[in-house]
Amino acid sequence: MLFGYEWDLSSPLAFALSILPILLTGMIVTIQATVLGFFVALVLGLIWAVLKSAPSRFIAWPARVVTEFIRDTPLLVQLFFLYYVLPEFGIVLPAFLTGALALGIQYSAYTSEVYRAGIEAVGADQREAARALNFSGTHTFTHVVVPQAIPRIIPAMGNYLVSIMKDVPVLSVVTVLEMLNVAKIVGDRTFDYLVPLSMVGALYLIMTLVASAGVRLLDTWLPKQGIPLK
Amino acid sequence: MHWTEYLPPLMQGAWVTIQLTFYSTLLGGLLAFAAGIGKISSNWAIKGVSVAYIEVFRGTSLLVQLFWLYFALPIAGMAIGLDLRLPPVVAGVLALSLNIGAYGAEVVRGAIQSVHKDQHEAARALNFTPRQTLWTITIPQAIPEMMPSFGNLAVQNLKDTALVSLISLGDLTFRAEQIRNFTQDSTTIYSMLLVTYFGMALVLTAIMRGLEAYVSRWRVARS
Repeated sequence: MLFGYEWDLSSPLAFALSILPILLTGMIVTIQATVLGFFVALVLGLIWAVLKSAPSRFIAWPARVVTEFIRDTPLLVQLFFLYYVLPEFGIVLPAFLTGALALGIQYSAYTSEVYRAGIEAVGADQREAARALNFSGTHTFTHVVVPQAIPRIIPAMGNYLVSIMKDVPVLSVVTVLEMLNVAKIVGDRTFDYLVPLSMVGALYLIMTLVASAGVRLLDTWLPKQGIPLK
Repeated sequence: MHWTEYLPPLMQGAWVTIQLTFYSTLLGGLLAFAAGIGKISSNWAIKGVSVAYIEVFRGTSLLVQLFWLYFALPIAGMAIGLDLRLPPVVAGVLALSLNIGAYGAEVVRGAIQSVHKDQHEAARALNFTPRQTLWTITIPQAIPEMMPSFGNLAVQNLKDTALVSLISLGDLTFRAEQIRNFTQDSTTIYSMLLVTYFGMALVLTAIMRGLEAYVSRWRVARS
């Protein structure tokens, strides 16, 4: 029994159906970690992108080194680092928050590049046209560059959302009860790993297919010429 | 314990990580070519198998795949009367290469399809068979296109090897965990671990750049 749900070991199918509610409980945690991690990645990535494009190289360079460092080191090790090192400096976070933070930090290195690429993809002729029309620098950025960058940024961010979802199982190592961890516990107690782990695989496949379809749909819906900021 | 005393066990683990990265990237590369070419095959059976492989391994989490191969496969084997218990190193290399192979397959497919249509028409005009066209015209031109993405995937694979420590394989992360359990010196050990991975990633990136220059050398000669 787990989370108040009994399992039925009479046949593989009955077992699979009886543990479905248990796995769905884990899936909710997976989705929560994905959403929180994605939010951190979006905000932190924007901060990196701004720092990296700073005119002073005393700001831009360290930001570049830090994001490269984050990108080149494993999520698992960053997670261990946050989970075991932060408490030594008096910062004690629950496992779930530490995990979501690690996901967010890892992916902020990737999202910062998405912001940069999205902004650079807006052609120089657009900026020249804005200058010819006597737009100020800030006005050009908020009313010409950003509206055109958004439709390019959103689909790429959607792909990272799916990637974050697939990395959530790593959080199980710091005792977060996400879907894989729950399945592992069921396996430990019933000595049958085949059904729970296959179920997790199938549920993941459904989740990523749905999420990818959502991203594709979003991509076709977004107006290519830009989204005005009003 | 002084931090220099952590180095020998860490280096031992780093060597395991390097070997894992090497073998799984190599095997993953082969799988990427097989599935990437298979996906654009006109034979529906080959195409179906390739698409199914790519979707399953791109659509699920690497850790789920690793645990499935290590914990669930032996039980599936028992049900059909086979001994499918894999040693951790086999399960690790297999999971890593199957995963990276599925991502690489999309890169291979994209690069092959980006080769200009004129090239196919010229090959046909010269009476090349489809097989000859693929191996002597399309793939040599597609490989330089794949290299930047393969470089990223190789670094991704290096980072992913850290996960095999969870099935008790003695890689870099596993050794670091052992030392931490022994000394409780988290800050030093994890900082060293991060720096080691970073260093290895930089070296791997340099190697992949070198490889990229090597396979693209005919492009420079032409222009």
